Amino acid sequence: MNNMIDRRALLQGSGALIVTFSLPLDQPAAQGLTAAKQLSPDRVDAFLAIAANGQVTAYSGKVDLGTGVLTALTQIVAEELDVPLSHVTVIQGDTALTPDQGPTYGSLSIQNGGAQLRRAAAAARHVILNRAAERLQSDISALSIRDGVVTARNGQQAPIGHLIADTTLALALDKNELEKAPADYTIVGKNVPRLDIPDKVNARFTFMQDFTLPGMLHGRVVRPSGIGATLVSYDEGSVARIPDLVKVVSIKNFLGVVAKSEWSAIKAAQQLAVTWSRWEGLPDQSKIWEYVRGTPVTSNDVTSRAGDSRMALAGAPRRLSATYDFAIHTHGSIGPSCAVASFADGKLTCWTASQSTHTLRKQLAAMLKMPEADVRCVYIEGAGCYGRNGHEDAAADAALLARAVGRPVRMQWMRADEHGWDPKGPPTLLDMRAGIDPEGHVTAWESELFVPEGAAGLVALTGADLAGLDSLGQMSPGGVLNDLAIPYLVPNVTTAAHRLESTPLRPSWIRSPGRLQNTFANEAFFNEIAAGIGADPLDMRLDHLADARGKELLEHLARLSKWRERPKPDRNAEVVTGRGLAYVKYELVRTYVGMVAEVEVNRTSGTLAAKRFYVVHDCGQIINPDGVRNQIEGSVVQTVSRSLKEEIKFDRSMVTSLDWASYPILTFPEIPDVAIDLIDRPEEVPWGAGEPTCALVPAAIAGAVFEATGARLRSVPFTPAKVLAALKAV
Amino acid sequence: MTARSLSVNGRTVAVAVDDPDTPLLYVLRNELGLHGPRFGCGLGQCGACTVHVDGAAVRSCITPLSTVTGNVVTLEGLGAANPHPLLQAFIDEQAVQCGYCINGMIMQSAALLARNPKPNEQEVKTELANNLCRCGTHLRIVRAVMRATGA
Repeated sequence: MNNMIDRRALLQGSGALIVTFSLPLDQPAAQGLTAAKQLSPDRVDAFLAIAANGQVTAYSGKVDLGTGVLTALTQIVAEELDVPLSHVTVIQGDTALTPDQGPTYGSLSIQNGGAQLRRAAAAARHVILNRAAERLQSDISALSIRDGVVTARNGQQAPIGHLIADTTLALALDKNELEKAPADYTIVGKNVPRLDIPDKVNARFTFMQDFTLPGMLHGRVVRPSGIGATLVSYDEGSVARIPDLVKVVSIKNFLGVVAKSEWSAIKAAQQLAVTWSRWEGLPDQSKIWEYVRGTPVTSNDVTSRAGDSRMALAGAPRRLSATYDFAIHTHGSIGPSCAVASFADGKLTCWTASQSTHTLRKQLAAMLKMPEADVRCVYIEGAGCYGRNGHEDAAADAALLARAVGRPVRMQWMRADEHGWDPKGPPTLLDMRAGIDPEGHVTAWESELFVPEGAAGLVALTGADLAGLDSLGQMSPGGVLNDLAIPYLVPNVTTAAHRLESTPLRPSWIRSPGRLQNTFANEAFFNEIAAGIGADPLDMRLDHLADARGKELLEHLARLSKWRERPKPDRNAEVVTGRGLAYVKYELVRTYVGMVAEVEVNRTSGTLAAKRFYVVHDCGQIINPDGVRNQIEGSVVQTVSRSLKEEIKFDRSMVTSLDWASYPILTFPEIPDVAIDLIDRPEEVPWGAGEPTCALVPAAIAGAVFEATGARLRSVPFTPAKVLAALKAV
Repeated sequence: MTARSLSVNGRTVAVAVDDPDTPLLYVLRNELGLHGPRFGCGLGQCGACTVHVDGAAVRSCITPLSTVTGNVVTLEGLGAANPHPLLQAFIDEQAVQCGYCINGMIMQSAALLARNPKPNEQEVKTELANNLCRCGTHLRIVRAVMRATGA
C-alpha cells in the first residue's frame, strides 16, 4: 500500500517537489521468508494458513493471468471455510511459498487448482470443527460456522483463528475429504465482483511492469537481425554519449544494455551500432504449406481409431475431402514482457509474470548453473499472456543482465521484441476425409494433422539460447493433439498427427492450442459434410451424438439463436448475412460449448463482419457466472480477431510484422455482439472456461459464410483476398 | 540534466531529465511514480499510455517532454478529488480482464465525454477505434462508457 500513499503525497503535496522513489517491496510474497513453508501439494498447510485473527492465507500455484481466477479461488476457499471473502488472501505463484500445481494453462485453474484448494479448505474445516467440539464441549453435528466463527447449539462461540495452532493444518491432504454440499453454497455460484478491478480502474494496481526495487537499473535487449544470425561486432562508442548508460553486455550472441534511466536504456538499444552475420534460414512464407507438408516427420501419433476407416472410405458411395490450414499467430500481449531480477548473497530472486514460476525457476537455475534452491521466482500479474509468451524470456534476459552488472535489473521488452521474438502458435495443416452412406450417415472419418513434435514442455529461453546456455528447452508447441479426435458417432475413424521435426518460428501454446486448429477443421468439415448431403448442421450433429448433455446443449443453442427459424440468406445480394454452427466437448472429456455465428459477407470487397454470436456453455459447476461470461465474451472477440485478421509475417531472416500496424487485431468498430446462456450444474465438478469457446469461432464463421454465399473458407485468417478467391470458386 | 516544471494532476512538480525529448510516459511513470499510463508499444498505436494534456487524449509514449506545455492529467488525477463517473462504471460493468489497456480506455472515453456527454454506442466505438484490447473486453468497455453517460 505504500505506493498508494506515495502517490497521494504527490497529489496532495504543496508546491514544487522532486519525486524520485521506487516502489517498496510491498508484495506480501516479497517479504522475508518464514522458515520452511510447506510446499508439498499433498499437504493441507501447503495450501492454507489461518492466523489467530482469523485471516486465511491461501497459497496457489495457479495464477491470475487477468482472467479473474484469483476471485474465483478466493470464493472457493471462503465458501468451504465459511469465512467472509475479505478474510481470504491468495498468494500466487511464488516458488518459495506456493505448491507447484503446474503451469497456469489449459483452462485448468479452477478444475485442478481450485479442486486442490477446496479439498485443503474442507480438511481445515473438519479440523476446526473437531477442535471446536472439544473446546465448546459439543457434538460436531451441533456446530455451525458462519463468518469465521463456530457456534454451538447452546450459543457458545469460538472464532476459527482461536482454534488453530501452529501445527493444526500440518496434515496430509485426503483425496476423499468430505466437501461442503453445493446446496449449502452462499459464495460459490454467485457473481462476486472481481477483487482486482477497483485497483486496476483506479491506477492502484501493481502490474509486473510497475514493480521496482531500490537501486534497480533498466535493461533492454538488442536482438539479432536474423533468428540464427551471430554477433560479428558492436561499437560501444556509438552509445558512449548516452548519459546514464551503465554497461553494454554481450554474452556470445546475447546482447543487451543497462542504464540508470529507462529512456537511456531504450536509446542505447536503438543506437548501438551492431553488425550481425547474414542469416536467411527461414522458409519462403508464400510457400509455407508446401514447407509444412515437406518437413521431415519424426513420428505419427494416432489419437483415435475405430473400425477400419481405410476400408470404409474406399467402399463409401460418397466421399468428401478438404484441407484446412491455420496461420502462425503471436500472443499479442498489450504490455510487452517484463521481469525484474536481483542477485543477493549468491541467490537470484526474479519477479515475473510467468504463467509457470516453478518451471521458470528450473530453467533459470539451469541457465545460470545455480542450484534450484538458490533461485526464487515470484509471480506478479502482467498484461494478459494467453499462453507462453515472452515473460519467461524476459526473466532470463533480466537475470543475465543483473548478473553482469551486479545490480537489480528491470527488463522491459519493446513492442518489436514481443512481436518478433515471443514464441508463436505454429502453422497447422489438416487433411480431412469422410465417407457417407446413402442414408446420410458418416461411415468413415480420417484426419491427418501436420504439427510440430513435442507437448506443453519447457520452451527454450531465448536469452539463454543466444548466450549459448542450456535452459532445458525442447520444442514445445503445447498439447496440440487435443480435440483431433471427434465427439461424433462414426463407426470407422482414424485421426492421426504427423509430428514435424521443425517449424519455422520457435513454437509455444497460445490460447486453446491445437484444440482451436483441430476443432476448426473438424467442425468446418462436419458442416461441409452436412451441406454435401443436404442436412441441416444442427440436425446432422444431433444425429451423430449419443451424449445427452451435448444434445441438451445443442437444443438450448437452437432456442437461444432461433436456429430453426433463421432467415434464408439471399445469395444474390451484394452484402449477405449467414449463420454457422459449431460444437465442442473440450478434449472430449470436459466443458461443452455450442456456438452460432452471424456473419455479414461483402461480395465485392471480400470483407467479413462478425455481427453476433450465440454461445451456450456448460462447464459443470460455475464458481462465478459473470467471470465465466467475461471469459466467453473475451474468447469470442479474441478468436474473431485471430480468425479474420491475424498472421505473423516473416522474410527469410526474421519476423517482419513487428508492430500493431503490420499485425492488426480486431478493433472496437469491428466487435460482434455476444449472447450467452450458461448451463449451471452445481452438483457437478467445475471445469474450465477460459479456452473452450475459442475453439468454435473459426468453424462457426466459416459455416456462416457458406450459408450466405456457398463459399468455403478453409484457411485462417479469412482475409478479404481469401474470401474473394473462395467466392470465385463457388 | 534539464530541470523543468510540469503541471500534473493539478500540481506543479519539478522534473529533472537528461534528455528533454524523453517521452512524457517515462517521466510520469519513473520520475513521478504515476502508473496509470502504461507502456504498450512506444509507437502511439495501442493507447495504453493515454493521458490528457489540456483535456485532450494524448499518447504519452510518443510525446516528448519538451513539447508538453499544458496541464497533464493521468488516470490517478481522474480519480482524485471528484472521481470521474467512468471509474465506477468500469467497476459496475466489471469491464476489465487483465486491465493493462484499461487506463487508455478510461482516458480516451473521458476525453470523449468531455466533448460529447451523450455519445451513442457507435460514437464510443469510433472514439476507441485506436485503443487496443487483447483480452476481448470490448463489449464490457462499451457498456461501461454508456453507463457513465447515464444511458
